Amino acid sequence: MQGADIGIGRLGGPLAALAVLIPIGAAFAAVLWRGAGALSFGPADTAALRFTVTQAAASAAISVLLAVPVARALARRRFFGRGLLVSLMGAPFILPVIVAVLGLIAVFGRGGWVNAGLALFGLPPVSIYGFWGVVLAHVFFNLPLATRLVLHAWESIPPAQYRLVAQLGLRSWATFAVLEWPLLRRTLPGAAALIFAVCLTSFAVALTLGGGPRATTLELAIYEAFRFEFDLPRAAALSLVQLALALGAAALALWLAPDLPRSGGAARDLGRPDAPAGWRRWADGVIIALGAAFLLVPLAALVGRGLGALTDLPTSVWSAALTSVQIAALSTVMMLALALPFAALIASARSGGAEALGLLGLAASPLTIGTGWFLILHPWTDPAAWTLAVTALVNALMALPFALRTLVPALRAGLADYGRLAAQLGLRGVRYWRIIALPLARPQIGFAAGLCVALSIGDLGVVALFAAPDQATLPLQMARLMGAYRMEAAAGAALVLMALAFGLFWICDRWGRAARR
Amino acid sequence: MLHVDNLTLTQGNFTLSADWRVPEGRRVAVIGPSGAGKSTLLGALAGFVPMAGRLSLDGQPIHDSRPEARGIAMLFQDSNLFPHLTLRQNVGLGLRARLRLTAEEHAQVDAALARVGLDGLGDRRPGAVSGGQQSRVALARVLVQRKKLLLLDEPFAALGPALRVEMLDLVARLTEETGATLLMVTHDPKDALRIAQDVIWLDAGVAHAPQAAGPLLSDPPPSLKAYLGSG
Repeated sequence: MQGADIGIGRLGGPLAALAVLIPIGAAFAAVLWRGAGALSFGPADTAALRFTVTQAAASAAISVLLAVPVARALARRRFFGRGLLVSLMGAPFILPVIVAVLGLIAVFGRGGWVNAGLALFGLPPVSIYGFWGVVLAHVFFNLPLATRLVLHAWESIPPAQYRLVAQLGLRSWATFAVLEWPLLRRTLPGAAALIFAVCLTSFAVALTLGGGPRATTLELAIYEAFRFEFDLPRAAALSLVQLALALGAAALALWLAPDLPRSGGAARDLGRPDAPAGWRRWADGVIIALGAAFLLVPLAALVGRGLGALTDLPTSVWSAALTSVQIAALSTVMMLALALPFAALIASARSGGAEALGLLGLAASPLTIGTGWFLILHPWTDPAAWTLAVTALVNALMALPFALRTLVPALRAGLADYGRLAAQLGLRGVRYWRIIALPLARPQIGFAAGLCVALSIGDLGVVALFAAPDQATLPLQMARLMGAYRMEAAAGAALVLMALAFGLFWICDRWGRAARR
Repeated sequence: MLHVDNLTLTQGNFTLSADWRVPEGRRVAVIGPSGAGKSTLLGALAGFVPMAGRLSLDGQPIHDSRPEARGIAMLFQDSNLFPHLTLRQNVGLGLRARLRLTAEEHAQVDAALARVGLDGLGDRRPGAVSGGQQSRVALARVLVQRKKLLLLDEPFAALGPALRVEMLDLVARLTEETGATLLMVTHDPKDALRIAQDVIWLDAGVAHAPQAAGPLLSDPPPSLKAYLGSG
């Protein structure tokens, strides 16, 4: 039977859609208008395009390939701390990019642990800068994501099938061919497409670990064209290429992407009777340990470095932290104001389509939006005065696709379960929101707000374009400290940033879950 | 009096027609095989399923009205209570579509809860009471809604047989007190005989006019006989 029409999202939804379209559309119009006529796309830009695509493809392929053994080991072994480890794998998603980069430098950088180890054996040092450094950072972020996606799929195999396999005495290889390969064939392309799309718009990693003619992403090229050369035709051409590329990848990811698991590993824990014993048990242990170390050692290295610097951090770090918290809070409010009516529109629509609009936030490059708004504001006022507002808005747009992915199913389930009851009781529009939808979706609202606040506080993107020298967010201040080779102070600032990102996420998520009970 | 005038429901290949009336205060069972459209029929009366034809309740045309303006209360197969609201708030929503109530409305809600035997449980949430008690809360809300027509789409199907009979008896008493008309979907002819005076039999795309329950069920037409079996 059909549900009921509660009239939510009918007015606010289209308004929110406009509020997404207008800032993005205006930015593109501004870039095109100022840049068109003399679109230029030189050999350096072709190189940037090639680098962008190859590093994203390599990052996606390596993340997904490494995720398979880790997820397989996690799926068939039970050990103390497994749940915690799986939860921790969600952490890189909200870990500020620049914090992770600093942690990776501590381990893989010139004076890092890995090179110290290589030197012991008389081996030449490896460099974290350039193509492989960018890929390493992307794998650091996306291997845990890929592992969770694959693990989620793995755990969707009904336990009875494993029992059947154990009963039939199938060997590990046969189990793989019968049960697991078909599953991987369904899951891996989607996971890879998602990671590919995310890595295409990488800016902060390329800014810190890439650069130069051989390791510049399109996003970084836009920044350089604009910030250093004020070459608008070039910025416009790069923005267009970036948009086409990102839209294509986002569409591919949407088409192939598996659902993002909100909490992996919490599923029914029946163990795996078919899990092989003997050396394979040890091999699984080593794989899990390596995966965990890859995630945790850089962060531990960072904590080790940063703790000492915490006591005498420059005051600029604290004032930057304050600015960052303000931007993140404003951004989260903007995101919810957009996402809730938008999600209601999608949830009550009979057919999809509106969902694609939310993806624009992911596909449209933050740097292009930033460039566009700089051009719009420049003739009238000092764009630096708008740093806060523009950064907050762009961050909100970037968090929007993830928020919609979280909120739409919750609102849809609420309508399916209680829509007719609410209609019968006359709970419509604002009243439905206040009495039914918001309380029911509170866990998802808290989670989405937590994602947005953490993504925003850790974001190093638009702000790099806009900020005047005396203005800074915490990630930007960190980048400046790193640029000045004040690594101790940067590590201290990284600790503050990490604590803020995780702490604010925890507070929001906790608020959401405090409902009921 | 409920008038159902040339009602036609179409969903893909499925069609259902109905043309009859139900006198005020009657208790009517709606029976028929799975997929015959029992729930769809009730959904159409309540305003959740698009339909052609005319509906009126006590002379008021209602087929164009919104669900809350039809003078109809309906209990669904599940999700009859909001899980995040207290029992008192759930019942209170039957009075007015808001959570804050006047002292007088509060007293009405508490009286309704007491009437269904849930005195003193108003501050609990649905998750903290039993399935039978949840059904009673939904009935308390129906009481304060004071609608002329009550539709039951098997809301007690998940309860055990004894509890279900208890609920149906309570429904019969409550509708008797309020004078409301009752249409209830059921699978069990014993339930129909126990509390319904009339039966609407759904078969081959037609919802037949209500007939007295006893004679119809003791001497059923062939199609109904096939459905009931020789039990």
